[in-house]
Amino acid sequence: MEAPLIEARGLQKWYSGVHALKDVDFKVSKGEVVGLVGDNGAGKTTLIKILSGVHPPDGGEIRIEGRKVDIETPRQAMSLGIETIYQTNSMVPTMSIARNLFIGREPLRISILGFGFMDQRRMRRDSVRAIADVDLHLRSPDALVGELSGGERQGVAIARAMYFKSKVLILDEPTNHLSVKETAKVIGFIKALKNQNVTGIFISHNMHHVFQSCDRVVAMARGEMVFNKPVAETSIDEVADFM
Amino acid sequence: MTPSSKGERAAIVSGDRRGPLNPGVGPAALKNLFRIYLEKPELAGIVLLILLTVAFEARSDGAFLSPDNLRGILGLLPEVGLVSIGVTILMICGEFDLSVGSTFALAPMSTSLLIIAGTPSAIAILLGLAIAGAVGFLNGFITLTFAIPSFITTLGMLFIARSITVVISGGFPPLLPDDLNTSAFTQFVGPGGLFRASFVWFLIIAVAAAAMMARSNLGNWIRATGGNLDAATSMGVPARRVKLFCFVLCAMMAGFGGIIQVFRLHSPLPSIGDGLELQAVAAAVIGGTSLYGGVGTVLGAIVGALLIRVIDNGLVMSQVDANWFKFAVGTLLILAVVANVWLRRASRRIKLEV
Repeated sequence: MEAPLIEARGLQKWYSGVHALKDVDFKVSKGEVVGLVGDNGAGKTTLIKILSGVHPPDGGEIRIEGRKVDIETPRQAMSLGIETIYQTNSMVPTMSIARNLFIGREPLRISILGFGFMDQRRMRRDSVRAIADVDLHLRSPDALVGELSGGERQGVAIARAMYFKSKVLILDEPTNHLSVKETAKVIGFIKALKNQNVTGIFISHNMHHVFQSCDRVVAMARGEMVFNKPVAETSIDEVADFM
Repeated sequence: MTPSSKGERAAIVSGDRRGPLNPGVGPAALKNLFRIYLEKPELAGIVLLILLTVAFEARSDGAFLSPDNLRGILGLLPEVGLVSIGVTILMICGEFDLSVGSTFALAPMSTSLLIIAGTPSAIAILLGLAIAGAVGFLNGFITLTFAIPSFITTLGMLFIARSITVVISGGFPPLLPDDLNTSAFTQFVGPGGLFRASFVWFLIIAVAAAAMMARSNLGNWIRATGGNLDAATSMGVPARRVKLFCFVLCAMMAGFGGIIQVFRLHSPLPSIGDGLELQAVAAAVIGGTSLYGGVGTVLGAIVGALLIRVIDNGLVMSQVDANWFKFAVGTLLILAVVANVWLRRASRRIKLEV
């Protein structure tokens, strides 16, 4: 059988005396969208921060496509193909859409020691295409992200992750702070991921959102994994009983 | 965008009726105006600059735009302009430097003393710039390592660098050798000798800085770092190093501006640049730079600096009591920020969407 796209074994994490993750095993197969649910402080965000390189684990190991990896910085996570979209969005409001899409990964026309002039034409052209790919249609790649609504911003963030061909897209409560209408838009983006064969981890408080858009649901409580079943074989009530 | 979705947006816009800006009156034109303003914050400064130039030209019976007077304005611009560009870039990346006025004095004082001690002037200039860079590095290092506001670090450095300048000067201005050749900065060049050579230096540096901010990946990182530090970091931008770079750059620009001024005056006064830090911040803000980082342009910094020079000179030329200069700059500064805040709020109210 093919190795899982991403697999964590025996993850441990302490935060100043609090055992935030207790021997957690977690895996996601290729092309699967997994919903990660749990109360505040259940360890969801801790798990995600370890996978996206924000915090190092205190124990355990992470494998990507069967190969053991060390993820020490967000940069490393990204180069391994793990892209994270946070609830507070990872866009710079005072910069254009095209520039936001390429922050830290600008295509360069000429460069010396990693510094150089950006290929702005390509940035514009590719950002229009990337945004259209997630079914979001915007006036111009030169518009400032600050002019976009919250849902549209998350759409651009998802487009960015897709553009850079991430293997795993982690969505950390992307619908927080959004209106109902905007939330529906973001859920739409997540549903569309499956058609593009992207693997995803969707963290949410809202069980309905998870059941609408995911293949499997994993629940955490008190730093442990307490539930793990395909969505088709369970119900919202059953998951809620474990939390 | 399809016509139908455009109609939908218009419907959203006209649904909001709060405030004085009822978008029922030409919302499309108004929205375009706001959009241009948000994308090009330095435009307002440029418009004002043109208006003031016309007004002063009229009030001074044509003396304002005479070659002699332009020579005066443009001769001083490089000195303040360089400092303003440095301060603006640092503000875009989200930090402050209040010590630029002192660095403006320390670098040329060091250079002058080295020249007097027999160092070739080119090397003395480079060493003076290096000392300015070291001041900037220290500003950045202390600010970032101890996570304190750069406002405080550089306020401290304002006193420290000024004190060092006075101490090494020995209390009174040392004398530059009479035969020192400063023509690389001070000679008049261009059509009708309109510019000093320093203006050419200023132009080259300004174009390079503008290209860096607008076209290079480093410029993108600087703006991202100031615009949303968390986002920049999570996208892998080395924000700490980017900020350190901006601190060093800002201080070196100030040092270079000071060196140019000292060569023009042919005397390294320990008191030069006093209060310049506030004028530079004023120029940056008048030119559209935000105090919260992420917004601003090199062109804006130059427009801001030029506006201040034009007001200074224009008041004299139109025979207004020169003591009104600071009054005018102060008023302009407050108006610029008020207009900025008001326009941003108004554009949010009419729900500027793309």
